[in-house]
Amino acid sequence: MTAALRFDPIRLPPECEVLRQEVRAFLADEIAAGTFDPHKPQREDSDAPEFSRRVGERGWLGMTWPKKYGGHERSFLERYVVTEEMRVANAPTRRFFVADRQSGPVLLKYAPEHIKMDILPRICRGEVCFSIGMSEPNSGSDLFAAKTKATKTDGGFLINGSKIWTTSAHIADYMIAIFRTSPSTKENRRHGLTQFLVDMKSPGIKVNPIAQMTGLYEFNEVVFEDVFVPDDHMLGEIDGAWKQATSELAYERSGPERFLETYYVLTELVRAVGPNPDSRGAEGIGRLVAQLHTMRRMSVSVAGMLQAGREPVVEASIVKDIGTIWEQQLPHRVRELAAFVDSDASNHATLDEQLAFAIKTAPKLTIQGGTTEVLRGIIARGLGLR
Amino acid sequence: MTESENIVAETAERIFADLADAQTINGSKDGAWKGPLWHALAEAGLPLSWVPEDCDGSGASLAEGFGVLSAAGRSALAVPLAETMLAGWLLAQAKIASPSDTMTVAPANPKDRIALNADGTLSGRARGVPFAKGARFIAVLAHGADGIAIALVAIASCRIDPGLNLADDPSDTVIFNNAKPLVLKPAPAGFDQTALMLMGAVTRSLQIAGALESMLEISVRYSNERVAFEKKISKFQAVQHNLAKLAGETSAALAAASSAADAIANAEAFDDALFLEAAAAKIRCAEAAEKGAAIAHQVHGAIGFTQEHILHRYSLRALAWRDDFGHESHWGVELGKLVAARGADELWPLVASR
Repeated sequence: MTAALRFDPIRLPPECEVLRQEVRAFLADEIAAGTFDPHKPQREDSDAPEFSRRVGERGWLGMTWPKKYGGHERSFLERYVVTEEMRVANAPTRRFFVADRQSGPVLLKYAPEHIKMDILPRICRGEVCFSIGMSEPNSGSDLFAAKTKATKTDGGFLINGSKIWTTSAHIADYMIAIFRTSPSTKENRRHGLTQFLVDMKSPGIKVNPIAQMTGLYEFNEVVFEDVFVPDDHMLGEIDGAWKQATSELAYERSGPERFLETYYVLTELVRAVGPNPDSRGAEGIGRLVAQLHTMRRMSVSVAGMLQAGREPVVEASIVKDIGTIWEQQLPHRVRELAAFVDSDASNHATLDEQLAFAIKTAPKLTIQGGTTEVLRGIIARGLGLR
Repeated sequence: MTESENIVAETAERIFADLADAQTINGSKDGAWKGPLWHALAEAGLPLSWVPEDCDGSGASLAEGFGVLSAAGRSALAVPLAETMLAGWLLAQAKIASPSDTMTVAPANPKDRIALNADGTLSGRARGVPFAKGARFIAVLAHGADGIAIALVAIASCRIDPGLNLADDPSDTVIFNNAKPLVLKPAPAGFDQTALMLMGAVTRSLQIAGALESMLEISVRYSNERVAFEKKISKFQAVQHNLAKLAGETSAALAAASSAADAIANAEAFDDALFLEAAAAKIRCAEAAEKGAAIAHQVHGAIGFTQEHILHRYSLRALAWRDDFGHESHWGVELGKLVAARGADELWPLVASR
């Protein structure tokens, strides 16, 4: 084994608890004002541009970024608190979430200065939405099979091909995507892909909606036809996107969104069983809470290790592996326990609606952002098996 | 505290490496390894880690002692080190000095209650008491008319109905029939049987997590050695994914147990938050033991099912430790009741407070 697994018992520092109260008060105000209904995760209002701006005004976007780009130079643990409180409240974070978690940090690392100065402050103000262009019709988990081409032309590149399952492409201002700039080599099949920043207003981009089995509209097919991307929109090394992808995965994989996606059904179950559950109800809830608590402690631990400058790549993959499986199973366990609840419980209709939505959502949780199979491959490599 | 800063745990690990080698113990017919091992542990002051110096102990911190327990779990240690540590800790709550010999603790099952009679003797039955047979003393938490008391009792003044756990370590019924304690003192305010059970639950959680760490390590090693179908079995994706799941269960157990230990080490009282930490650790570690042991055995195939192979030393202890100081089903019910009584909207604040 290469190294022992580490999950240090990291606690959030006191400033996080002050911040948590601020976030809760803000969300309570938003709920009172009718911005969103926390009991309705299945709602259609998840693109909420005004809410996004108000979150930016509070200083909760780009929290860890340098001040000169509009950031707030706060810790990853503080960002963690904002993320988990928003998620538990079912707040409409779609418009800013990807930019804040993923795209901003990529730009910070690889974009030229004038682009950083232009875009990052707008992300921090909650004004821009990002999408990520990874999968293609014939390359999903096998990222390095991507074929969509970026061909060198005068002053930039011409993009031809398509991306698929692209969340938020229909509302996004920008996409960060990987395109093929060279063929892969015999020695390295990951060679030849380059990361680009694409302005979604560029001529030649067509966004085709793809309906999901939940009934919600979240993802799309994006077709590129001679789309011009200027040279300075290339991010990082040409043909070397594979080197850039891996170090960021720890941030993407271990956050609270990786186990809280269906959390709402647990709260509603506790409401439905009332203050004096029978043994079966109590034991079921107790076990689920024990698993939830453990997942969160694992996730906070990884956040703390990241804050301390370590790279817990295997630990982060483990958090996503077991966290997504847990949030996938949660609605089914809640359904079993809910079967014993008095159907006159005042919130029974809410619980039933939520369960139906959570059960329909569940299959995607172990697919999006890296499938269970891909994650287990990464963990196996970390264990010294590959 | 990280493990590397923990000199007490490092001392324990050295002793385990020298005198508690799994292969050697597994091959021993007569238990001759036990004497030298216990002697070395006692010389190093480890059994009384949690006993302050003014109660004749070595005065290590709770965190240092928890590090020793993790190491004991990694070694699947089969001498009453954890039990003596717990007994010393319990006695120290009432400022009772610890004898320097093997001890255990009662009750070890949350459903058992020992009564303190008006004449100062103890009555009742404690089931599943680990290592009672063979220990010299037992630390007892008893319920009297004036509240809770803590007592030091000679094992010789109790009746022992011997039993064995899954791993063939002693797990006995201890019967107190007007047993006269050597020392008896009132427990401090706020200390009750639940506090003892939570401390015992965290002890067992750390040991289970440690055993899982070792199961993961020996399973990975074995998969890199064993050849089948003309390649190492570690190259088969099905095996890799099983081991990745074992790593996940090990991680969950480690995170839950070390979080609960840290919570107790820094707690001022046994409050709801501590209850969540300790109960969750026992529940999650027990679940991990079940899933993890199954995978470790699956990877090893038939050889892991033999007496000769060391795997059972870890797998059976991890499974057996689930039963002590509250079965995971017990803690599930209790934690569920606590969550339900606090109400739906107080669940997230409780979880987020940790």
